[in-house]
Amino acid sequence: MADEVAEAGSEPAPPPPTLAEQVATIPGVTAVTVEKGEVVARARADSIVEVSTALRDDPRFACEQMMDLCGVDWPDRAERFEVVYNLLSVSLNQRVRVIISTDEVTPVPSVHGVWPVATWWEREAWDLFGIAFSGQPDLRRILTDYGFEGHPLRKDFPLTGYVEVRYDEDRKQVVYEPVRLTQDFRTFDFLSPWEAITTLPGDEKAHAARTEAKP
Amino acid sequence: MSETAVTEPGTKVVEIDSHAINFGPQHPAAHGVLRLILEMDGEVVERADPHIGLLHRGTEKLIEYKTYIQAVPYFDRLDYVSAMTQEHAFALATEKLLGIEAPERAKWIRTLFSEITRVLNHLLSVTTGALDIGALTPSLWGFEEREKLMEFHEAASGARLHANYFRPGGVAKDLPAGLEEKIAEWAEGFPKFVDDIEALLTGNRIWKQRTVDIGIMTAEEALAWGFSGPCLRGSGVPWDLRRSQPYEMYSSVQFDIPVGRNGDCYDRYLVRVAEMRESVKIIKQCLAGMQPGPVKVQDRKFTPPSRAEMKHSMEALIHHFKLYTEGYHVPAGATYTVVEAPKGEFGVYLVADGTNRPYRCKIRATGFSHLQAIEVMSKRHMLADAVAIIGSLDIVFGEIDR
Repeated sequence: MADEVAEAGSEPAPPPPTLAEQVATIPGVTAVTVEKGEVVARARADSIVEVSTALRDDPRFACEQMMDLCGVDWPDRAERFEVVYNLLSVSLNQRVRVIISTDEVTPVPSVHGVWPVATWWEREAWDLFGIAFSGQPDLRRILTDYGFEGHPLRKDFPLTGYVEVRYDEDRKQVVYEPVRLTQDFRTFDFLSPWEAITTLPGDEKAHAARTEAKP
Repeated sequence: MSETAVTEPGTKVVEIDSHAINFGPQHPAAHGVLRLILEMDGEVVERADPHIGLLHRGTEKLIEYKTYIQAVPYFDRLDYVSAMTQEHAFALATEKLLGIEAPERAKWIRTLFSEITRVLNHLLSVTTGALDIGALTPSLWGFEEREKLMEFHEAASGARLHANYFRPGGVAKDLPAGLEEKIAEWAEGFPKFVDDIEALLTGNRIWKQRTVDIGIMTAEEALAWGFSGPCLRGSGVPWDLRRSQPYEMYSSVQFDIPVGRNGDCYDRYLVRVAEMRESVKIIKQCLAGMQPGPVKVQDRKFTPPSRAEMKHSMEALIHHFKLYTEGYHVPAGATYTVVEAPKGEFGVYLVADGTNRPYRCKIRATGFSHLQAIEVMSKRHMLADAVAIIGSLDIVFGEIDR
């Protein structure tokens, strides 16, 4: 109790800066938010190596481990790919997520010099999304077949793919053929017309009148 | 060695070329479909280049076309020896985005089966690791014990391997009557079985010759290469997500975290054996702490009603129909949710866009980063040691290739 009285009399100390506020001070980080208790930093793509090095070496963050690197495809955006780095500090028991964005042609600087584990994750992002990493000496495909074409996790890549493989008994070899579907690929639109404004089939005219009437 | 040495008369120059060996993809010690290109200098590995993806099934792409409930079974098929812990990561991620929390009994059941899964996984990992090195008996014994545990899986979920038991919002159904007693009975006898396995291996001269000081990873290396789980603890880093970032009921059970010292194959083995003993402790505490109660969220927008209810309630029937056709819409957002899977940190980076399907579901496979380190771990080791290293890393390709 005595301590509390003493504290009440003195100037209240400012609360220590939160992890999000500290991350925001790193040069190259453009915005920091806390989503569902997770610290999410957005950074400029060209400064990702500096940001990563700061997060690893600064004792306030001490992110010794890069647990995950992955791409996310947002085809509607000008820079369609997000590259997401999930970092973990074992010594301070905290996580930081760094997100940068890039497009199909601009390579992202590789962070394999900061965390050697990045090599395979970057190969995977290259393989599945076509995100290029500059400075990565080993940017081969990793998960898809030898000689595979395309980047399957892009949203414009069909779920069925383009080729299918079978063993041809006559030619005694494995052959690649274009995909033939015996029934149409079924995908259902579950956006309820009562919840989202969607145009129902046969209702285009009314929908156009409704949307164009708006200023 | 291509340089032509000036030879004295009477001597012979022997050119030793480094050979490339194709290890796998159908090698019994490759733990699945690992194709390892080994560049050899005699019998010494100069460079190891794993080619993976032979079991790639496009899980992440498929999940983008499924509702959240339909995505759960895909997680069983990743690492098929620790199925439930992976469903767990997805269930926790979905619950986080939905803002719901499983009831207490469901949490106890999840903790219980996470630990049963851990024992299942370590039994396979330790004994087949021994099999790679030439010890047949542990795997024969271990598989018998695994069968008992898979009967528990079957009793709870209806399936031995692909359980589909942990769902967002709880577990699929409550434990059948009598199962808790059976598990308790098993937990009493299991430490004796671990003693038997240890009697075969821990002090075994051949086993130690093959594993001690093989594939050493220092703590710094292990961190830099993204190690987690027993592989990281074997290198002396006391890091366990169950303790440091507790989820479910792990904050209310007592257990120790075994930590190795040398980071070699032997220490990783010792950590796994000790973890099995700790798991039994947690299982006993789960059984003691479990109280009767609901096993899923009592919100019919997220979990289905009971069969009996559907027989007389039209609303229950509609809820059931909507859940299994449309599913639920998850509010837009993203989360990276992790669990301590038996192999290490298993994470799901889930991006929701407000529809009933995940927009992106990245699976952070534990073995992916472990396997990558084969290159540094097996350098300048003998070919036979590369096999021991693969065995000690606990590689399962369903998870790595996804």
